[in-house]
Amino acid sequence: MSQLEIKDLHVSIGEKPIVKGLTLTIHSGEVHAIMGPNGTGKSTLSKAIAGHPDYTITSGDVLLDGASILGQEADERARAGIFLAFQYPSEIPGVSIANFLRAAQQARMAEGEELDASAYYKRLYSKMDLLKIDRKFTSRSVNDGFSGGEKKRCEILQMAMLEPKFALMDETDSGLDIDALRIVADGVNTMRGPNLGVLLITHYQRLLDHIVPDHVHVMYDGRIVKSGDKSLALELEAKGYDWIKKELAASAA
Amino acid sequence: MSASTLSAPAALVGSFTPEVFAAHLALLPPSLPTWWVARKRAAYARFASLPMPTRTDEMWRFSSIGTLTLDGFTLAAAAASIPLAPIGIPEAARLVFANGRLVSRELLSTDLVARGVIVDTLQNALVHHDALVREHLLAQPPKLGSPKFAALYEAFLADGAFIYIPRDVQVELPIGVCSHAIGATSAVFPHTLVVLAENARATVIEYFGSDDDTSAQFAAGVNDLYVGHGAQLTYIGKQDWSHRALSIQSNSTVVRRDARVQSLNLHLGARQARHESLSRLGAPGAFSEMLALTVAEAGQEFDQRTLQIHEAPNTKSDLLYKNALRGTARTIFSGLIVVDPDAQKTDAYQSNRNLMLSDEAEACSLPGLEIQANDVRCTHGATSSRIDPEQEFYLQSRGIAKEQADELLTFGFFEEVLARLIDHDLHEALRLLIQTKFKK
Repeated sequence: MSQLEIKDLHVSIGEKPIVKGLTLTIHSGEVHAIMGPNGTGKSTLSKAIAGHPDYTITSGDVLLDGASILGQEADERARAGIFLAFQYPSEIPGVSIANFLRAAQQARMAEGEELDASAYYKRLYSKMDLLKIDRKFTSRSVNDGFSGGEKKRCEILQMAMLEPKFALMDETDSGLDIDALRIVADGVNTMRGPNLGVLLITHYQRLLDHIVPDHVHVMYDGRIVKSGDKSLALELEAKGYDWIKKELAASAA
Repeated sequence: MSASTLSAPAALVGSFTPEVFAAHLALLPPSLPTWWVARKRAAYARFASLPMPTRTDEMWRFSSIGTLTLDGFTLAAAAASIPLAPIGIPEAARLVFANGRLVSRELLSTDLVARGVIVDTLQNALVHHDALVREHLLAQPPKLGSPKFAALYEAFLADGAFIYIPRDVQVELPIGVCSHAIGATSAVFPHTLVVLAENARATVIEYFGSDDDTSAQFAAGVNDLYVGHGAQLTYIGKQDWSHRALSIQSNSTVVRRDARVQSLNLHLGARQARHESLSRLGAPGAFSEMLALTVAEAGQEFDQRTLQIHEAPNTKSDLLYKNALRGTARTIFSGLIVVDPDAQKTDAYQSNRNLMLSDEAEACSLPGLEIQANDVRCTHGATSSRIDPEQEFYLQSRGIAKEQADELLTFGFFEEVLARLIDHDLHEALRLLIQTKFKK
């Protein structure tokens, strides 16, 4: 049982504050959704937790099982169990998916220890079968020339192979048609279980029809302004984000 | 002050004095044809009178001129072969030269010999296949700026490899040619002459290496590739001279009707390496794919000059030269596509890409076009970039440390060139080779 604690987190890009005091705790086995209008800091939150060097944490803390991860490089955080599923995954020409995942696995082994190649491929193929991904996929360069759906499936495959403790899924539904969305959601649901905590970042309710969250949070202007269960997402869908803005304005007045 | 008033003969010939040349001639077998010896004498005279390249010479723009020296070298005596790291793929035949002399060979199968394939020394070929050698040996005039070095080379060329594939014969396995420089100040002049007759097919792999990575050697090498009507040649050159060597290498590729050449030069060694490569697309349907990969490390300079000459309609050339630069390395790429007035429907491409892995490295690019036909497709471009921080972060976010991430991205940069190789085994072997070299 693990927990990821985000404590009064403030994040800036350059001089500009984006996340302004966000607090949230996620436990293994839970799926939390963060919803909010564009530009409210959802993606910034996920990249800052993952350790992107362009995002400066000005105050607050992020703790994985009680220990702060903020002093760690992105790769150390990943090895500690944080996984970021990118909204726009980078294309890496000339590096095959197989070699890429192999390097990621090798990075998780002790120095001097060699990855068992045949066991690795066996595991890779079984994960691909589970996610209904063609085996030819592994020889293609990572995301190079992939369609939106292929990129997202590639993210899910990586997540399945790396078995993180916590997955931060940044707008996983963006750019997907309904079939691709279903395949991606099925992948996440397959991995869902007592060993995985998920933070789903999304603009639309649509994804939450397929990955049903335990908790829903509404983010606005860098903070969580409302939390609830899955019904909150439906309410938000029906009333729109203006509803939140009006409520906030009313409480501030 | 003009160059001629300064140029006492000693300054023009360096270690390669008339006495050294006379000693070189005296060691040649008496059976060599007189035309060849006469050519060598004429070449020496040209060498001794031509000036060294200067800073204002357009063909040597950006090159380090001050370090182009002819002093301090010796024409080394015969030496034993040194062990060679195998590339890991079987070969049809192999010739191994040390200081320009054949030291070992692995023979062709009797079947290939019976079908007329020749893999022999240039000296033997000059005696036994006089007409064929005469037609192709150093037949292309130096066009890329080294008349001085070309003359030096012709004067001192002693021996090399001669490969002939007759009409309709396909040699499946690569033919290997290894040239070693042995001794602290040795000068070597390797040569490989490849002639493919109509519809022949072959792969030739050349290796250049030194006995010791601290030897201050001089290597001037030439390969002449002639690819006849409908023939297909794959050429791989792996230059791995000592990191203190000066290397001047030149290639000329003549591609005839419907013939196809794929060449890949790996540049790893030498302190200063000039590589000149010329492809002549001489008849319709000719295609030359010119590839190069360079791993340039601290203090090394790689100076690459290319010429794609389209002399006939419906010809194609495709050049992709990639350099990865570390430390204080320098690279220079100067390429020119020339399309003659008759060469309509030419399809020519030229690309130089530099990956800057250090802030102190320097890459100069001079891509160029000279088009005299009006119905052509010619594109060229040069880019220099660093490791993309978003790609780096993506790899790091999967747990891969920064150093390994950068290495993976660099291998990906190389892979775009290696993946062009048609032969799968060659692709695998060269990938391993360059990755090992890079990690060292």
